[in-house]
Amino acid sequence: MTFTPDIQAFCCHYTSQQTIAEGKEGLKEDGLPANVTFNRVVCTGKLQVSTLLKAFEEGADGIYVVGCPADKCHNVKGSQRAAKRVDAIKKALAELAVEPERIEMFHLERGFHPEFVEAAQLMNKRITDLGPCPFKGEAK
Amino acid sequence: MIIADRKPLDEIVGMVSDAKKILVLGCRGCVTVCSAGGEREVEILASLIRLGMLKQGKKIETIEGTLVRQCDKEYIDGIDEWEGQYDAIVSMACGVGVNFIANLRPSTNVYPAVNTSFFGGSADQGVWMEQCAGCGNCVLHLTGGLCPVARCAKSLMNGPCGGSVNGRCEIHPDVECIWQSIHDRLGRIGNAEAMNTIAPIRDWSTAGHGGPRKSLRDDLTI
Ligand code: SF4
Ligand code: SF4
Repeated sequence: MTFTPDIQAFCCHYTSQQTIAEGKEGLKEDGLPANVTFNRVVCTGKLQVSTLLKAFEEGADGIYVVGCPADKCHNVKGSQRAAKRVDAIKKALAELAVEPERIEMFHLERGFHPEFVEAAQLMNKRITDLGPCPFKGEAK
Repeated sequence: MIIADRKPLDEIVGMVSDAKKILVLGCRGCVTVCSAGGEREVEILASLIRLGMLKQGKKIETIEGTLVRQCDKEYIDGIDEWEGQYDAIVSMACGVGVNFIANLRPSTNVYPAVNTSFFGGSADQGVWMEQCAGCGNCVLHLTGGLCPVARCAKSLMNGPCGGSVNGRCEIHPDVECIWQSIHDRLGRIGNAEAMNTIAPIRDWSTAGHGGPRKSLRDDLTI
C-alpha cells in the first residue's frame, strides 16, 4: 500500500512569500508535493509548542517550520526561538519513542528561491520513508 | 523559589496508563516562574500525555486546570471545580503541592509530573541555580551571604577543602568553589579574619534530620 504522509509546514510571513506570489499551481510546477499544507504565521517566534503538538494530534505524520536565517530574522530572535521549540519537541518525541526527525526546523532566506520547495521535498521523502506517525495507531 | 523539572514523558505516561480521564493540574507559584508547571506547561503536558497514550493505542481525556498555589489550604479547594470529572490527578506543582492535593483527596490517585529539585533563583534566562538548602539555622551572616550548605559540594562549615583549585570545585571545573568565594568576599567587606574562626561541629537537627519540620506562628493562628 502506498503511503502519502500528511505534512504540515509552519512558515513565517517572510520566508513564505513564494506561496502567495506563485499560488498553488505555480508551486506545483516548481515540484512542491501536494500533501504539504502551509500554515502561515506572522513570525515563527510566535509559534507555541502546543500549536505544533496539536498538529500531531490532528494527524500530521511530519511537521516542519521555516523561519528566517538565525542571524537575520526580521524579528531579531524569532526563528532562534522557534528552533529551540522544535528541539524541545524533538526531545519530547524521543521520550515517547517516536522518531524525533518527524519535526524539523529550516532557516531560509526570504523571497524566491528553490530551497523553499526543496525543504518540502526533503520532508516528504523523509516522512514517506518513516511511514505513518505512531500517534495515529487506532485508539482502543 | 522552588525549582522543578518535568519528569521524562515515558515515566508520566506510565503513571496514567490505566486512567481514562485525568486532571492535569498546574500551579501559578514557583513552578510557573521556573517554567516547569504553570498554565503553559499544563497545556503542553496534556497534549503530550494524549499523544503518548495514542501511541499505545489508548485514548485518554484530559482536563487542564491551574490553581493560584497548590501549597495553600486557601487555594487548593479550587480543585472542587472539576469534581467528578477525572479518575486521577497529575500535579505539575512541586512535591509540596502534590502532597497537599493527596491530603485533600484521600481516595484519588495523585501523580507528580515534575521532579522537585532545589531552592534557587534565575541566574539567566532559562538557567536556575541552587542557593539555599533550607537547613533551618542560617549561617549567611558568617559566610558573607554565600551559602556553604547548598553551594559547597560537601556542605563544609570550614572550607575550602583541599580539592579547591583556582576558585573551582574539585567535583567539576564548571562549579564555583563557594568557600573560595566566601573567602574573597569576606576580604572585600573587611572581614577576612572571620575565616580564622573555626565553626563548631554543626547540629543538623533543624535540617530535617529529626523528622518533618513545622513552623507555627501563634500570633497568626486563630
Ligand atoms: S505548590 Fe509548590 S510550586 Fe506551587 S507555589 Fe507552592 S511551593 Fe511553589
Ligand atoms: S545556611 Fe541554611 S538557611 Fe542559610 S542559605 Fe544556607 S541552607 Fe539556606
